[in-house]
Amino acid sequence: MENASGLQRQLARMKKDLFDQGYLDEQFDQLEELQDESSPNFVEEVVTLFFRDSSRLMANIDDALQQCPRDFHRLDNFLHRLKGSASSIGAAKMKNECTSFREFCSEGNLDGCLRSFQKVKNDHTILRQKLENYLQLLRQVGPVDKASRSGS
Amino acid sequence: MSSPRGGDKEGGRDGERQIHVLAVDDSSVDRAVIAKLLRSSKYRVTAVDSAKKALELLGTEPNVNMIITDYSMPEMTGYELLKRVKESPTLREIPVVIMSSENDPDKINRCLEEGAEDFLLKPVRPSDVSRLCGRMRS
Repeated sequence: MENASGLQRQLARMKKDLFDQGYLDEQFDQLEELQDESSPNFVEEVVTLFFRDSSRLMANIDDALQQCPRDFHRLDNFLHRLKGSASSIGAAKMKNECTSFREFCSEGNLDGCLRSFQKVKNDHTILRQKLENYLQLLRQVGPVDKASRSGS
Repeated sequence: MSSPRGGDKEGGRDGERQIHVLAVDDSSVDRAVIAKLLRSSKYRVTAVDSAKKALELLGTEPNVNMIITDYSMPEMTGYELLKRVKESPTLREIPVVIMSSENDPDKINRCLEEGAEDFLLKPVRPSDVSRLCGRMRS
């Protein structure tokens, strides 16, 4: 069974991969900085809220894309909210793809919207799996001081 | 995290003196983050998910030292909330800070002209919250 410092190194490597692959940005670090004794599960709580809200928004987007005629303004409202939430947890790939998606929306480019939405869905699925793995390991590691968690 | 009415409260050790901030945001993610940022600065925070709920709360508990609200919300925007607060004789002294994910100069100017205390770009950082500390209503 790996000792605590080994798990911490594994956690740091996992996070580094998420950053290097572009799934997360420094906003995720900000969330980890906010986690403390009074909110020991803050990161997991916010990530859970994100996946709950984003799943709902993506279902709304799916519906909006299938309606005829397409209401691009309504679609953009959903995207604005999805992009905002993604930005708030540091979900960089999703945030950037939402930006592209919104551009296609503003052009009324349905094909572009559909391609972009597929990418958003893929990014969402991959991010969810990776963060579930990360949070599972974080729970095993338990409360650590911030310097150790950052891997420095 | 939220009560069934879409708000949550945290009392301080010395509730009468602790600065009370009302946070308004329809996004549960952003609400959690801004509430945590403010509580980390030792403020007492009430977080609600709509401008309508914010006005209801202000009607029963006007002892709020600052309102920090998202701009883009359904039904009533943060801008409209700002106007309602500034039009009210009992509420107009409460500083109102607007948050938005969009860096739109027209939007920012409109809010500042309407009396907003500050305009913060999301995602809000601890340094943004720090710079608000001297501007709470006393």
